[in-house]
This record gives sequence, structure tokens and C-alpha cells, in this order.
Amino acid sequence: MFERSSPGKHGYQLPPLDVPAVDPAAALGPQNTRSEIADFPEVSEVEAIRHFTRLSTHNYAIDLGLYPLGSCTMKYNPRVNEHVARMEGLAWAHPYQPEALSQGILEIMAALERMLAEITGMDAVTLQPAAGAHGEFTGILMVRAFLASQGHPRKKLLIPDSAHGTNPATATMAGYAVQNIKSNQAGMIDLDVLARAVDEDVAALMLTNPNTLGVFEEQITRIAAVLHSKGAQLYMDGANMNALVGIARPGDFGADVMHLNLHKTFSTPHGGGGPGSGPVAVKKHLIPFLPQPRLARLNDGWSWNHDLPQSIGRVRAFYGNVGMHIRALAYIMAHGGDGLRNATLDAVLNSNYLRVSLKSYYDLPHQAPTLHESVFSDARQAKRGVRTGDIAKRLIDYGFHPYTVSFPLIVPGAMMIEPTETESKAELDLFIDALISIAKEVEETPDLVLTAPHHTRTSRVDEVAAARKPILRWKP
Amino acid sequence: MRYLPKSDLERREMLQVLGVDSGDALFSHLPEEVRLKRPLDIPPGKSEYEIVDYFRARGDECAQGYASFLGAGVYRHYRPVLVDTVVSRSEFLTSYTPYQAEISQGTLTTIFEFQTMICQLTGMEVANASMYDASTAVPEAAMMAVRLTGRDRVLVARTVHPEYREVLATYARHQGMPVIEINYTRESGLIDLADLEKKIDNQTAALIIQSPNFFGVVEDVRAAAGIAHRHGALLIHIFAEAVSLGILEPPRDADIVAGELQSFAVPPSYGGPFAGIIATKEKFMRQMPGRIVGQTSDTRGNRAFCLTLAAREQHIRREKATSNICTNQALIALMATVFMTVYGKQGLRELATQNLSKAHYLAQKLPLRFNAPFFNEFVASAKNPNAVNRKLLKKKIVGGLPLGRYYPELENTMLLCATEMSRRADLDSVAEAFS
Repeated sequence: MFERSSPGKHGYQLPPLDVPAVDPAAALGPQNTRSEIADFPEVSEVEAIRHFTRLSTHNYAIDLGLYPLGSCTMKYNPRVNEHVARMEGLAWAHPYQPEALSQGILEIMAALERMLAEITGMDAVTLQPAAGAHGEFTGILMVRAFLASQGHPRKKLLIPDSAHGTNPATATMAGYAVQNIKSNQAGMIDLDVLARAVDEDVAALMLTNPNTLGVFEEQITRIAAVLHSKGAQLYMDGANMNALVGIARPGDFGADVMHLNLHKTFSTPHGGGGPGSGPVAVKKHLIPFLPQPRLARLNDGWSWNHDLPQSIGRVRAFYGNVGMHIRALAYIMAHGGDGLRNATLDAVLNSNYLRVSLKSYYDLPHQAPTLHESVFSDARQAKRGVRTGDIAKRLIDYGFHPYTVSFPLIVPGAMMIEPTETESKAELDLFIDALISIAKEVEETPDLVLTAPHHTRTSRVDEVAAARKPILRWKP
Repeated sequence: MRYLPKSDLERREMLQVLGVDSGDALFSHLPEEVRLKRPLDIPPGKSEYEIVDYFRARGDECAQGYASFLGAGVYRHYRPVLVDTVVSRSEFLTSYTPYQAEISQGTLTTIFEFQTMICQLTGMEVANASMYDASTAVPEAAMMAVRLTGRDRVLVARTVHPEYREVLATYARHQGMPVIEINYTRESGLIDLADLEKKIDNQTAALIIQSPNFFGVVEDVRAAAGIAHRHGALLIHIFAEAVSLGILEPPRDADIVAGELQSFAVPPSYGGPFAGIIATKEKFMRQMPGRIVGQTSDTRGNRAFCLTLAAREQHIRREKATSNICTNQALIALMATVFMTVYGKQGLRELATQNLSKAHYLAQKLPLRFNAPFFNEFVASAKNPNAVNRKLLKKKIVGGLPLGRYYPELENTMLLCATEMSRRADLDSVAEAFS
């Protein structure tokens, strides 16, 4: 686009100024003003739309087909959600406009808080965190504040080796040391290992359930009991909540605090990497520590309560990614209670259908039953020199986005597959055929897989060179 | 249900492959005591029509059709139609973080352009792909400065947005990072350089200033940077109103710039989603948090882009990462990218000048609290700010933000903002309400 610029071209026209023009240098001082933004683009509206439309065609997207990234829950993003989030009264609402003129938005946020509490079985919800990792940070700060109010914030968090990288990074930001917990043969928490690890220094266990293998922690109530008996908390990473909605509630199986990813379970679009939204749900004993301000019912309307002396404070300006709250509520309304449960059933059905159909072709290192996702490994293909990353690139040639590559770390050569409920049987069958076909190629023509993708506009990208000699902006 | 693309027949066929007779059987291994034994207490699913109707009614309960003079970190700027046209493209809207570079060149290229334009605007050498917003970019920038300097104290001007400072305090509390506030000068609303000289020391990692600051006033960035650098501290420059960069001198003297791009065609949406940024000098880039896109080539030798410098990030470094940030604000950054492209070099300058002109037209009719130069926001004195706002509401105008809640000493003032969308008649109404 910078290459298309030519002096004087532009894609805008402002209305004539209806007040006297002020000279920037005169009003602000010449030392405070710039003469130009050097090299900034100068293109016409037509060139701009062609540029971005052309670029869009270089992307894969859910609207083009299956996007089976494990633990990412790439489901269909209903378009009515986009439509309602853009309604004037909602999209143009200023966070400081009078509460009396914001009741519609406050009602939406209150309704979403209520429904997320019902879905998770928790007692209260904050919508302030901007994404999942931000929710983790918020939740752990609350654990810390709660424990501190009991006398001692403690020193470390327990994190299973199957956890997302955000969990240990969050622990550090909240001032905790990390102690890794090794999974057992079945990919689950080993109660004995846990019991040995939990002592008076442990603030909480951060647990994803179902975990990143797609396996439900069957000992979950005992895990919670072990923690609680030593005064520690159970933090649940809700990244995989799509496996549980309407079936089981973290609040009922011992979680004290958890976050949700509205951009996973509740269908708000990923947008190429955000915006997300990471509400945090808590049990009663953590309510005093929720971020401020909190929604409160006052007389016959909603109001913001800033008077929360034990609150951890603010984690974000204003009230969170409200546009995402609107979309998530629209999604929940479209499904209704029974519909949400049916979506969970279909998500787990789709995942198990893939698992059963592929297990004769790819190694399945853990045999425990799985819910919304399953993790294969490249063990068989690796013998021919083909790794999970190569198989992933070859999937692109078959018209699919790859699965999650090399995660979780406890499975060497991991292929982590989560189809979600919004895939038809026909799409799943095509995906199965593609992976079976690739398994054959690995045996017969491994080079074809090793050099994939072959049918894309851009062939395999040299990521090593990008990191070695970083070029991070365009220069004339 | 319209979002579930399967017939019951297909479900039965799939269950047969699994050798079970119902979807519930797939959960039979869940212990009895964890299972929910009743339906969720959420009303039955609604049609698209009913959903649209519900949200329209909620929108009608908000300040629809009001003129507004609120700024304070969220600005009403015109949103070119092209912006939503582009971000509504399925290929941008419904794609994931671009880990698979070969089928994500669209997103990657736009982020590379975004990083470039942020550098051009701020005078920095590298920029990341976005942060959640400015309020969270501020503590991330502060933690970055702590890592870079090996010092722990952070100074922050009281003229930085109060809610940014609140978020900074939340983050700092458990990091062993003391945060000390620097006063402003009562006459000018600028950072009090004498107070700064008093409080800065050789354990100070960074000084954080905002310009235009929360009062709309343009700070003397160079003077603040001079003092910070003399003590071996970094200068973190914050901006909340990105349009100001159309005419303001870029903060070249800063070491880290953190800012908010809501002004670039992002709807106010009651406070989010927005997009923040962090930009810095090349020598500091390995301590920068967030995603970064770099240029490289594919096996055919064609120019290509990919995510890079991942060794800083949580999915590689886990507890040693620069931040826990994962999902950021890519689609909002794309809104800003389209906005910057459409307005371009000349447009952003003209837009900024219109903002400046409208605000100064209003300001010259009002008693100003501070005497330093300002951009499109300023603090006006009013004996009873709430009474002024009540008068304006009757004319369907949302007035300014009374500052007493944030600055007790400024109880008799309000912060007013005018943009290119403020009509002269409404500006006159505000002036009238003060008299």
C-alpha cells in the first residue's frame, strides 16, 4: 500500500469547517507541531478497498471451512451478533454518559452476568477482563487478595504440565512462583502427586477441565477437596468450557474461580487474533475482591458501584469489551438453555467421530475418553521423517486449516484437533478423508508432505529468517 | 437449531460409528456428582427477529441521537464506511491468530502495515500488533521498563488518565513495583517538573506521562524526557487521543510509547473493545510484549510475512515470558489500519486541525481552568458542573465530565471535548449553558 502512494491522493473528504480555522503552530506552539507524517500512505478510496479486499483473499477463515485448532474453539460466528452490536444506541454509547441514559447497555451486561453465572454454577461474574489471559490474571489476583485477607497470600501456584502457556505467565505477573504438576499415564492429575505438592505455601491449582487432551478430570471433586483441606483455591481455566455447557458446572464440582473466553465458547469472532473477552466467575467468598466498579441494582435501574473497599481494583479502563458482551448475549439468546446443551452434545459428538475415524491412521497416545477435542501424535509418521508440522501444512493443500501443532507439550509431536459443534457430517468426512490420504502419502511419497503446502499463493514461509533478521516495518 | 448443521439422521449415523446410542452416552464417564441434573435456567432459543428486536429496544434506552461533549479517553469521530466494509469480510472477521503463515497473509500483511503506520505516527522504530487497550498497555510498558533498566520504581504524572493509573496500580501491587505520582502545576495543568526533580532517583525505571494529558493539555515531552534520561530512567509516553498525532510533534524523545487507537474508527461501544499499542526503539524490542509480525520470504523467494520474535511470548517462555498476553485486538487494529489508510497523510492532518478548531471555538467562550496549549479537550470552570449538564440534557446534549470524582481539588470544573462531529449550533448551546 505504501508502494501505491502518490502525493495528494486521498480517500476522505471532510465537511467544510463551520467555525474559524485555527492554525496548529499558532495554537500549540511550533515546537509542539509536526509538518507532516513522513511516508504515511496517500491512496484513493478505490485503491484502499481493492487493497484490503485482495489481502482478505489471502486468508483462510471459518466461513470457508473447518478450522480445527484445539482449545481455540473456532465455531461459527453468527452474523446477527455483528448486526446488533452495531446498533446506534449501543455502539455509540460513551462510558461516561449518564447512567440514566445507559440503562439498555447495563441491562445487557447484567443479563450476561446472570446467564454466565447460571452456566458456570458460580455466584457472581465480572465482565471487565479483555481476554482469557487477562481473566486469568484477574482471577489469580482475587485469589491472592482473598488469601491475604485470611492472613497470608502464600507463595506459589500449581500448574499441570498440560496447561496453556498463559497460566504460568499469569502466575508470574501476579507475583507467584510456579510449581509444575506432572500428569499421569492417562493425561490426568495424579491425586497422590497433587496431595504431596499441596502445602501451606500453595495459593491455588490452575486447572483446565476438560484438560488440553480433551480429558475430563474424573477426580475433580477430590482434587478440589485436597486443595480446600489445605486452604488453597481451585482456579479453573475455562478455555475448554465448550465441552461442558449444560452438562456440568465448575461451580458444582469445586471450582472457586474461573474465566471464560467469550471468543471461544460464546461465538464472538476471533478477528485474526482478537478482540476477545474474558469474564471471570467466582464463588461467594471471592465476591468482595471482584474488580471495581460492579453493576448494582439501585431503585429501579442499574448503577455502577465504586465503593468496594476489598476489591483488587481495576484491571481495565471502563467496563471491559462491551461490544463482545453484546455478541455473546445474542448467542446465548439464540440457543437458549436447551440449545446450549445440544451444542455441547454436538461438539463432543463431532470430536469423538473424528477420533474414532482417525485412530487407525494416527497414534493416539492417551486412551482415556475425550470430550470436545482429542490429541493425536505424529509417532507413526515421524518414523518416515514427517512431523506434525508437515502434516499440518499438507492439510492446507486439502483445503483445511491445520489443527494445533505441537501442543500440549506433554505429547511429543502433538496434533490437537477440536472441530466444534458447527461442522456438518459432510465437512468432517472430507477432513477425515484428507488426513487418511495424507497418512498414505507419508508412506508412499513423504516428500510431497515435507514440502507442503503446494497449492497456496504463498509457499512455506521462512520463519527462522524472520526472527534472525527482524524486519518489522516498511521502509522507503 | 440454525447454528447446528446436522440432521437427526446424521447424528444417529455418527453415534452408530461410535457404537453408542445417544449423545449423553459420551459423558457417561463423568462422575454422577458433577453432572447437572436439570436444564439450564435460561429462556428457550429465540429467532433472529426477536433477538434484533431485543437489542434495538436496549439501544433505544441509551443516549441515542444525543450530541456529546465527552472525551476523557473515548472520542466521537466519524467512522468511514470502508472500515466496517473491510472488517466485515469473513476472511478477516472469522480467522484465528495467524500462526499458519501460508494461509494468513491477509492478516499478516495488514498487521505489518499497521506496525509501520504506528511507527510513522509515533516516531518509534518498532511497534507490536496491538494490546487490549491503553489502560493495560501502560502497566505492560512499565514492566518492560523495569526489565530493561533493572530498577523497580515507576513515576506517573497525575495528569495521566485516572483509570489508566488505577489499572497500573492493580498490576504494580504484586510486582514489587512502587508507583509514585507526580503533581501537576495548578496554573497550566502540565506536569510539575519541580516535583518530578524531587521524586526521581537512581532507582527510577521510568517516568510515565500522557500527552495530550487527561486535561487535554499538550505536555513538554522533551523537558520530561531530559529529566528522566539524566537520571537513567526511561520515558514512557502515553496517548489517549490518537487523532492529535495528525498535528502534534511525535514523541521521538520517548523510549516507549503506549497508546489508545479508539479514535481511529473504533466505535465507543461503552468503553470497548478498543486497541492499544506499544512502540519502542529497536534496541528495546526483545523486551516488548505482544505479537509482532515480521517480513521474510517463502520457499519461492516471494515476500511473505509471519509472526516473529515468539521467544518473548507465553506459549514458548511460559513463566519467563514478557507478558501473559495471547489474544489481543487484531480486528480493531485492522479498523485503525483502514482508517489511517483512508485519511492518509493529508487527511489526518486536516482532521486534527478541524478538531483543534472546534475545541478552540468553544473554549474561547468559556472560563478555562488551565492556561497551557490544548488539542481537542480542555477543562472549563463551572460553579456547578452538574447543573450545566442537566441544562444541556434537556437539549439532547450530553455535556462534559465533572472532574471532582477524579481530582477533588477540581470539583468546580468539567472536561469538555469537541471533535469534527461537533456542530457549531451545539457548541453554542454548551457556551450558553455556562452563562
